[in-house]
Order: sequence, then structure tokens, then C-alpha cells
Amino acid sequence: MAGQEQQQPQSRDSQVDDDIPEAPPAPPEAQASASTEGVDDLLDEIDGVLESNAEEFVRAFVQKGGQ
Amino acid sequence: MTGAQGPAAGEGLPVGGAMRVMGAETEYGIHAPSAPSANATMMSARVVQAYAQVTRQRAAGGAETRWDYTDEEPLHDARGWTVDRGAAHPSQLTDQPPVLDAEAVALAYGREELELDGQDESGTLLMNMVLGNGARLYVDHAHPEYSSPEVTNPRDAVAWDAAGDLVALAAVRRLAADPALPPVNLYKNNTDNKSVSYGSHENYLMPRSVPFGDIVRGLTPFFVSRQVICGAGRVGIGQDSGVPGFQISQRADFFEAEVGLETTIRRPIINTRDEPHSTADKYRRLHVIIGDANLSQVSNYLKFGTTALVLSLIEAGLAPRIEVHEPVMALKTVSHDTSLTARFRLVDGRRVTALDLQWMYHEAAAKLAQDTGVGDAVDGDGHTHEVLERWATVLTQLDSDRAAAASSVEWLAKLSLLEGYRQRDGLEWSDARLGLVDLQWADIRPEKGLYYRLLARERMQRVVEDSAIATAVSEPPADTRAFFRGKCISSFGKDVVGASWDSVIFDVPGYGRLQRVPTREPLRGTKTLTGALFERYREAGPFLGELLGHNSAPPAA
Repeated sequence: MAGQEQQQPQSRDSQVDDDIPEAPPAPPEAQASASTEGVDDLLDEIDGVLESNAEEFVRAFVQKGGQ
Repeated sequence: MTGAQGPAAGEGLPVGGAMRVMGAETEYGIHAPSAPSANATMMSARVVQAYAQVTRQRAAGGAETRWDYTDEEPLHDARGWTVDRGAAHPSQLTDQPPVLDAEAVALAYGREELELDGQDESGTLLMNMVLGNGARLYVDHAHPEYSSPEVTNPRDAVAWDAAGDLVALAAVRRLAADPALPPVNLYKNNTDNKSVSYGSHENYLMPRSVPFGDIVRGLTPFFVSRQVICGAGRVGIGQDSGVPGFQISQRADFFEAEVGLETTIRRPIINTRDEPHSTADKYRRLHVIIGDANLSQVSNYLKFGTTALVLSLIEAGLAPRIEVHEPVMALKTVSHDTSLTARFRLVDGRRVTALDLQWMYHEAAAKLAQDTGVGDAVDGDGHTHEVLERWATVLTQLDSDRAAAASSVEWLAKLSLLEGYRQRDGLEWSDARLGLVDLQWADIRPEKGLYYRLLARERMQRVVEDSAIATAVSEPPADTRAFFRGKCISSFGKDVVGASWDSVIFDVPGYGRLQRVPTREPLRGTKTLTGALFERYREAGPFLGELLGHNSAPPAA
């Protein structure tokens, strides 16, 4: 999923933009949005880590029985 | 070696709390994406082989240490009988050495599969290692398995279980660097979501004097409910994930009986395998098969710590008097309800939630710990207080602050990540990407494993320091017989020809025959008892001479 990997720097840029106006003391609302941002940032990172072709990868993970 | 006094779950340990001789077994999911039809047993053997190359103990002989099967008794039933070998399922015959050569693989899986694997190795593959940290790394059916050394408390259980993930990681790295072999991924999970499950087991030492019926009665309601703190989470409902959704436990849907000897078929909530691996008239080894493999350290810590507390309640005759109506059904009800509000029926007519049951056990355990003194924050046993505190914290958070609980409870951490994806991308539970998140959560490589990505961002709590886990890869616990076993491997590996939980076998020049050193008392063979002996000798001959009393009085192993 080359497309997803390319999105990563983009989202980092947009995060930097957001950070600048938010630098002054943060009201509770901003804390909530910072936490949402943390999730978005996390998902962006994980997009880059996930195996490509989810469907095929998951289908191929077949185990023999165990205890 | 004998002459032990005291009843106990390991003499010498404080009674009534969370301390107890215990250990973990983890079967890893194994997958080679570039060679999807590769034979799983063969790949698992390569994992063991790769770790032997990493530690270079192969050259020293220790890596090829054979397992000593003399005391394996997989058909002994704790209820007091033995299953006829002919009536047993082949997978239950775990007391026979799995000699894996090309022929054996072909017999088990068919010649075609062997050839698909591109293998013509005619030699025997390495199937078993005893490690310098006292653990066992071996091939169990079609999975690599790491069995941790015996430890005495839940904190060490977490450290030496997590050390197994680093052992597995080292093997994965080694295979990835070998251009002649397909890279192998290992997953610390319990199902392929296509109707196959493989286990992570816990073992707890108990006095044999406790009636098995008490264990069944005391543990069953606890096992029905403890998944809310230590379930690893799973995408998919039903053994084959036929129904889209998310559930708390990896294993719940694979349990079909209340009590039984089997571990691979008709899996029971309470397993009756009775192999004490120690003095049989004093101890039983309770073999727990219902747990999920945990990456979350808090979930893993609570899994061992709270179960140890409940066993202490059972030994004291103080387990809550609760009987769940149709526990196998209730187990699934709990697993399928992420809101934690589902009620199920007790035999006395009450309807309770899993959290209700957990609080009942917590209350009883806290009272026993207080009465015995082991739960005191300052003068207690150093473990019970923390287990009780963390247990209460997590139960409270699960009820009222789930965002906080998501940094410690594994299923909730996984669910939060999945919900993030669902919200951002509008995904249905049937979407393959959510299945991939579930699978890749458990990839043991820190750069690929999603649990490890959360850990790196401090979104998951630690119970033990990274440095303690790294040390546990090579060092045995100091306070059990695993110390003796591990040090024998690391100090005299070239002269050790076999080992098991309760023996180490030497082949030393000058001795006419093999020397078998039994280690049937789990709390002997400790650093205190044998550390100086290991420091005195560089050669196995004189070491054994002193140990076995050929020269002077031996310290007991």
C-alpha cells in the first residue's frame, strides 16, 4: 500500500500546522482534540506498519491445531 | 534432595497470598508469508534451530539437550485415574520424544506437503532446547513453544514470559537474515480465526492434599469472569469467526466442557492433567489451559497474580460459595459482551455480571491476605499488596473509566485501536483490515507488532522494566530449581545430555555412566543453595563430584 505510506509525511505536516495555534494555554476542549489527534497520529503510524493486502494476508494465516 | 518440610505450595513461600511456584507456556502462531504452504512443524523446528545458532549453545551441546521424558505423565487424571493409551487422542501422547525427520513429517502431513516445502533435509531437525534461563524452547505439534522457568511470583512470571517473546524475536531475526530460508513471523495469539486454536497455559504448584473437587468449584466461576481483566481481545465471533464482531477472549469460543483431561479437543474450563513434575505425593501441578496469551504486562500480571490468590483461597477453604449455571455458556456470554453488563445466572438464582464475580473474589482474597498478614503494604510478602491494588484499580476503571483501563487491559487496548479505525475509515467488523489489526497486534517484532507500537508511545503500562526482561532472556530466576537447571546449561552445557523440569542428566568423561540429578523439589536448587557451587567449578566432573557427594558433603540441588 504505497499510497498509505505516502500519506504519512502529509499528515505529519498538517499536525505541525495545528500545533502552532494551539501552543497557548489549552482549554479542556483543546485537550480533548489533542487526545483525538493522538489517535489520528497513531492510526497514521499504524497505516505505515500494517502488512499490505490485508485480505490476502489474513486469509493466508492458517494454523495447524495446538493445545 | 528430599527431607523437605512444610505442606505448602512450595515450602518456604508465604501462604495466603499471590506467591506460589508458577510458570507460563506459550505456543506461537507461525507464518511464512512468502512460503504460505511451508510445513508448520518444519518451520517451528527452524525457529528452535535458529535460536540455537543465536546462542551458539549448539556447539557446546546444550542446545541439543534432549528432553528427559521419564516423568511425563500426560494421561494421569487429577481425578484419580489414568487414561488407556489406546483410548487417548494422539495429540495427548506428549511423553514421547518427537523425533522429526523427513520421514516423520511425511507420515504426519503427507509426502506432497514435504515436497512443497522444498525440503529434502534427511537429517534430524532440532526439536528441543533447554535454555540458560531455565526455560524450554521446543516444537509442540505445529507450533514453537516457549515454556518459562518456574518462578515464585506474578512479577517474575511476567518477566520470564516476556523473555520468551525476546527469544522468539531473536529466532525470527536470525531466520530473516538467512537468504536460503523464507522469513518466519511469530504471533503471540491463540487462534487463526479459521477454527483453529493453540494455547497459552499457566501452571501453578499446589499441595496434593487439596481435594480436586474444591479446585473445580472454586476456580470455575473465577475462570468464567477473569477474562475481563486478562482477555487479549479477538475480531470475530464463533470458532471460525463466522459472525462479524469483537469479543473479549481469544480462547472462549473454543471451550466445550467443564472438566476434562484433553487440551486439544473438547477443551475443558478446568484441565485435569496431573503431571506434578515434582514429588507426586506432596504436590499437584495445576495446568490451566483457558487463558489467552498476553502481551499487555498488566493483564499478564493480573492473570497470574489473581489466579494465585484464588488458589490460596481454595487452599484455605475460603473461596466464595458461588456456582455458575452452565459455565461453558456463561464463559461465552462474558466474552461476547464488551459492555460488561451482561448478566448470567448462578445456581442460587442470583443474576450477576463478570465484574460482580471478580469483586466477590477480590473481597475474599483481600480478607485472607489481611488475616494472614501477607497483604500488608510494608510487612507483607512483597507481592500480594500490589496484586490486590492493581486488581481493584482495573475493576474500578472497567466500570467507570474505560479510557484509563485501555492502557492496561489488553482486550480494551486492542478494541480502542480497532474503534479508531472504524471511526476514521467507516469500517464494518467484517472488513479484512480489522482482522489484520487483530493479527498484527500480536506480531512479536517491535516494528511490526501493534501492541509494541502502543507500548513505544507509552499507551500501555509496564509492570517490569525492559532491562529486567532482557536479563531474564539469559539468567534463570534465583529462587527456584530453574536456577540449577539454567546454570547447568550455561556452565556445563557440553556435558548435559538431557534435562526436564525435575532432572538434569550429565555425561561426563570419567563417569562410567550417565549421571541423573533429580530436582524434584521446586524450591531447592536455588541460588542460595547452589550458587557458590557453580562459582567453584569450571568443569562438570568436579562439580558433580561435590554435588553427588563423591568428595565432600553436597549441597542439595
